[in-house]
Amino acid sequence: MSLILIAEQSLNGLQFGLMLFLLAAGLTLVFGIMDMINLAHGSLYMLGAFLASTFVELTGSFTAGLLLALPATALLGMLLEMSLLRTLYARDHLAQVLATFALILIINELTRLVWGSDAALPMPGALSGPVDLLPGLPYPAYRLLIIAVGLVVAVLLFVLVTKTKVGMLVRAGASNREMALAMGVNIKLLFTLVFGAGAALCALAGALLAPLLAVQVGMGENILILAFVVIVIGGIGSVRGALVGALLVGVVDTIGRAFLPILFGAFFQPRVASAAGPAIASVAIYLLMAVVLYFRPQGLFPARG
Amino acid sequence: MKIKLLAAALLFVAVSAQGADKVKIGFISTLSGPSAAIGVDIRDAFQLAVKMNGGKLGGLPAEVLVGDDQFKPDVGRQLAEKNIRVDKVNFLTGIVFSNIMLASVPIAFENKTIYVSPNAAPSPMAGKQCNPYLFVASWPNDAYHEAAGQHATNRGYKNAYLIAPNYQAGKDSLTGFKRYYKGRVVAEVYTQLGQLDYAAELAQVRAAKPDALYIFLPGGMGINFIKQFVASGLSKDVPLIVPGFGDDQDIIRPVGEATLGLFDTAHWAIDFNNAANKKFVAAFEKEYRRLPTVFAAQGWDTAMLIDAAVRDVKGKIEDVEAVRKAMKAAKFESVRGAFKFNRNQMPIQNYYLRVVAKDAQGRLVNKTIGTVFKDHGDAYVQDCKMK
Repeated sequence: MSLILIAEQSLNGLQFGLMLFLLAAGLTLVFGIMDMINLAHGSLYMLGAFLASTFVELTGSFTAGLLLALPATALLGMLLEMSLLRTLYARDHLAQVLATFALILIINELTRLVWGSDAALPMPGALSGPVDLLPGLPYPAYRLLIIAVGLVVAVLLFVLVTKTKVGMLVRAGASNREMALAMGVNIKLLFTLVFGAGAALCALAGALLAPLLAVQVGMGENILILAFVVIVIGGIGSVRGALVGALLVGVVDTIGRAFLPILFGAFFQPRVASAAGPAIASVAIYLLMAVVLYFRPQGLFPARG
Repeated sequence: MKIKLLAAALLFVAVSAQGADKVKIGFISTLSGPSAAIGVDIRDAFQLAVKMNGGKLGGLPAEVLVGDDQFKPDVGRQLAEKNIRVDKVNFLTGIVFSNIMLASVPIAFENKTIYVSPNAAPSPMAGKQCNPYLFVASWPNDAYHEAAGQHATNRGYKNAYLIAPNYQAGKDSLTGFKRYYKGRVVAEVYTQLGQLDYAAELAQVRAAKPDALYIFLPGGMGINFIKQFVASGLSKDVPLIVPGFGDDQDIIRPVGEATLGLFDTAHWAIDFNNAANKKFVAAFEKEYRRLPTVFAAQGWDTAMLIDAAVRDVKGKIEDVEAVRKAMKAAKFESVRGAFKFNRNQMPIQNYYLRVVAKDAQGRLVNKTIGTVFKDHGDAYVQDCKMK
């Protein structure tokens, strides 16, 4: 096991974590501010990817397609919030889960009607190959782009939430909604805007990952579970928690998959190692979540005091 | 009154002596959810075959009852019960996945109804649990992987790196590959079923520097893997081999150019030069505006096999034993070319090496470039007690 391999796997973990962050940031704000469990968050991620594939095909440019997909998905998200989800805020969590689960099924089948079961989003030609980071460490250029975009968005979000007036309102809403209302904050508008921003972040993740992953109906459900793990670890409603949680999950998952089978191989018979290694690696992030919850039941950075 | 009854009874006897007036087919498949593409291809090809036959199979009007198992064994089982007990179908077919098939078809066997498999052929049903009412129109589950192993051996790859999802079919596939691969297996990596990102596995492959990489990652997993494999630059150093469905049209469409030059093994390819295949490919593309996959070819052959058997018994489909005999003879022009049934009623046929290349119109298709196995059966037939 060389240092180069460890470096490469760390980059992989970072990249995976940053993409999870894009999804988890929106989810944690919606959950934290509106006290709303939105299972259909993954559907917005899927819609973002499908919209991006259409726009890239129409415009012939990856960047233009990506930039068009963001407002389009944000718009869809806000429409969804204003027409349907708004009526669910007053309901209990079970009603929200049922309704948004139904939304997953409806959006999946609508997507199949509009686009078919899959779509293509080719990788931009200039980024499709690897770059030599160090001698002997080629790394996919496209994954570097994802890391860069993820870092930029993380910094922007951090500044937005901690340094601006809108951010202050968002934080106020997340830590005590009733008090924010009493102080005259237009919660309705704030909710819609936060939902739209969350949808745009979903679209960014979906569109950025589309050239690496399959753009297909149902792609949102798999990643949604991971996003929930992230916000539970990070603390619900906290953007900082989402970032730390996402990076933790990304790194633990990657390291687990890469090195646990090797580690097991060093201690056990090959037969046992090849069976137990992948099994433990696949539950590594859930073990992480259990440990975090044991010591900090509110998550690492709870938004509510 | 009595005379009327008698007349009716006589009429009934007379009609049934002439054979049935239609053939009823129960078609259960996975038609919704992320894995629907395969079932949709099989169904479309099956229905196209019936349509091209003027709505008939073997000269009898065909009634195809389509049901969606939703990728759930229990739903498949319920549909099979309804088809057998309520609809009283003459044939059952359509199921994509082995686990759903294993749950659903025993009810057909108990009622002496023939199940024609358009895809799944799990190894237990090739061996100990072989059944006189099961006919497989596709290929035994291990066959594509065995052919891929043989191809790797033929190429002289000294060592190979294997990746499959951590579930039964994943383990079976790598067992099949190893059965015919003579080189050294560097690593056998089992990933989580439904995994999205393969960056960690790809980094390990890069470090291991194998002569060849074999993956069994069906559906979306394979799409993700191939895209990331090409982006990582590994495609220049490590030859990737996949089973035939691993880079067919349903994978090529979303992955695009990255599939160019991929090798795979299959029992059929779009460029087969026989008359039946030319007719099938042209008709499928005209009807559905997309190119057929191996799954579509299997759906078509399933319909044609039933068609031939019903014609052979002159429409007397109540005589299940006669139908079985006729099925076993498989007197029809298969799009794969000639094949015959083994003792366990699974095909003995050729398997070919294919490569993804551009056709005359610049579309990405699988081109046949060689034969890996001639008249290949399966490894389980000796456990089958059936004569």
